[in-house]
Amino acid sequence: MTTDSLFRLSNLAEGATVTIDFEGQAMEVPEGISVAAALLACGARDFRSSVVGDQPRAPYCMMGVCFECLVEIDGVPARQSCLIPVRGGMCIKRQSGAPALDIEDEGEGHE
Amino acid sequence: MSDVSADLVIIGCGPAGMSAACEARALGLSVVVLDEQNEAGGQIYRRISTAPAPLKELLGADYAAGQRLATAFGDSGARHVGGAAVWNVSPAGVVDYVAQGRAQKVSGQFVLLASGAMERPFPIKGWTLPGVMGAGAGQIMLKGAGTLPRDPVVLAGCGPLLYLLAWQYLRAGVKIRALVDTTSWAAHLRALRHGAAAIRGWRDLRKGLELLSLIRREGVQVYRGASGLAIEGAERAEGLLFRHRKEMVRVPASLILLHQGVVPNAQLSWSVGAKHEWNAEQLCWQPLTDAAGRLGDLPIYVAGDSRAIVGAKASAIQGRLAALAIAGQLGQGADTEQRARQLQGEMAQATHIRPFLDVLYRPLDEHRIPPADDVLVCRCEEVTAGQIRHYVALGCQGPNQAKAFGRCGMGPCQGRLCGLTVTELIAQARAVEPSQVGYYRIRPPIKPVLLGDFTE
Repeated sequence: MTTDSLFRLSNLAEGATVTIDFEGQAMEVPEGISVAAALLACGARDFRSSVVGDQPRAPYCMMGVCFECLVEIDGVPARQSCLIPVRGGMCIKRQSGAPALDIEDEGEGHE
Repeated sequence: MSDVSADLVIIGCGPAGMSAACEARALGLSVVVLDEQNEAGGQIYRRISTAPAPLKELLGADYAAGQRLATAFGDSGARHVGGAAVWNVSPAGVVDYVAQGRAQKVSGQFVLLASGAMERPFPIKGWTLPGVMGAGAGQIMLKGAGTLPRDPVVLAGCGPLLYLLAWQYLRAGVKIRALVDTTSWAAHLRALRHGAAAIRGWRDLRKGLELLSLIRREGVQVYRGASGLAIEGAERAEGLLFRHRKEMVRVPASLILLHQGVVPNAQLSWSVGAKHEWNAEQLCWQPLTDAAGRLGDLPIYVAGDSRAIVGAKASAIQGRLAALAIAGQLGQGADTEQRARQLQGEMAQATHIRPFLDVLYRPLDEHRIPPADDVLVCRCEEVTAGQIRHYVALGCQGPNQAKAFGRCGMGPCQGRLCGLTVTELIAQARAVEPSQVGYYRIRPPIKPVLLGDFTE
């Protein structure tokens, strides 16, 4: 899931930090930076898989236009992680392919 | 839902939006500014008011210069709503947005669209792989989060932002494995014709030349006149392949930052149904406006790079000119004519260099209109250049029909990353002008919204 990171936090990022959770892994990151920046700096390469070809995708534009950085944040899917600042305790998950409808099989009334 | 109104609602808080707000407030207008970022500044002055001093120093004087405007904006008395995703602008001037997870609306006597630019898509083989990003995205990682590439990075393409980022990276101690420059020799020659105008913008020209000489002095491997770019890798970027002096060259890298200029982020002007025209010099669509930026007879104006690419300084002037015109419509502000003339003079000064830049950094045809059939054009719905050419062979006339043929442009980005490519691809395949092919019909919501945002 995470590997050698593409970006590193530098001494240009100062101030308090918060802890977030990405796929069960705790990450300490500077307060206020975007979720996408935090994940990239902590080694996430692959944020989601594409909805048609199931191919790995990661942020491309970092400014809210490409929608490649979509992840699940605190249970809400398809959030633009480049636009959302990190918050302590945030729980972030990868997004796999197209979302499946979670329809419980009630067994009646659906004829 | 709150029901707020103002004389002027501005969308976007970059140079155009901030200066429009300052000018409008000085003329006595009530102003609300909505912006997707939490802090004022736009992309160019991102985090200008809170960036640590060493970061400001590193980014350079042009960035730091944004502080003056941001401070003036902070003191202007305009109401600034950060973290606001505008998803609808009605032709009557009502603006719908979501902020802090709550749907809200504000209505303006007038609305100013100042949504700025986005990087021009760079549709080449492998551009969807993790590890391939825009150079602008790399710069946002630096401005917004103080993060830098960990391993040697490859920068590829053309345009002022690419060289500026290289310079900023070198100052920060980042290793640049290669600068792969796609500016062609032919473009250098063509640009000479605009040399006289460029010399009037000599300050900008000199800055550019200084950047390039510094990049060379630092020993960066520069490949000039490169073409035929492609990313190699299966699950992630592993290297950049390109043609240089008739040889194929491969440079390994896990992070490749692409750039070939910026284009208007015109989603809002399209969504209100305004007319747009194809700009054959800047190779993009731009809204049709009057001199002050008004869209037809709508109470909606456009200023800055979302109207046509003019750069930060000219965007700020355009914002002020739009504010003056709007104040005039509202019968507020005396002697605005003299002020407008002065600003128009400054505007001419700030845009002298633009035709030169447009010609010099014109992106190569093969990097805008992929010649290879297997290049993904629509990243969201994964539609290739070959599929679009096939649609044309079946009778597809334009981007809207391409949606019906294969969902092209119907993913979450709503055509932002494929629209220009699809227009030019179809035009080329039909052997007609882009203006005859048109663009997607953009409809609200132009940003995704949650149903939960609408519940109390």
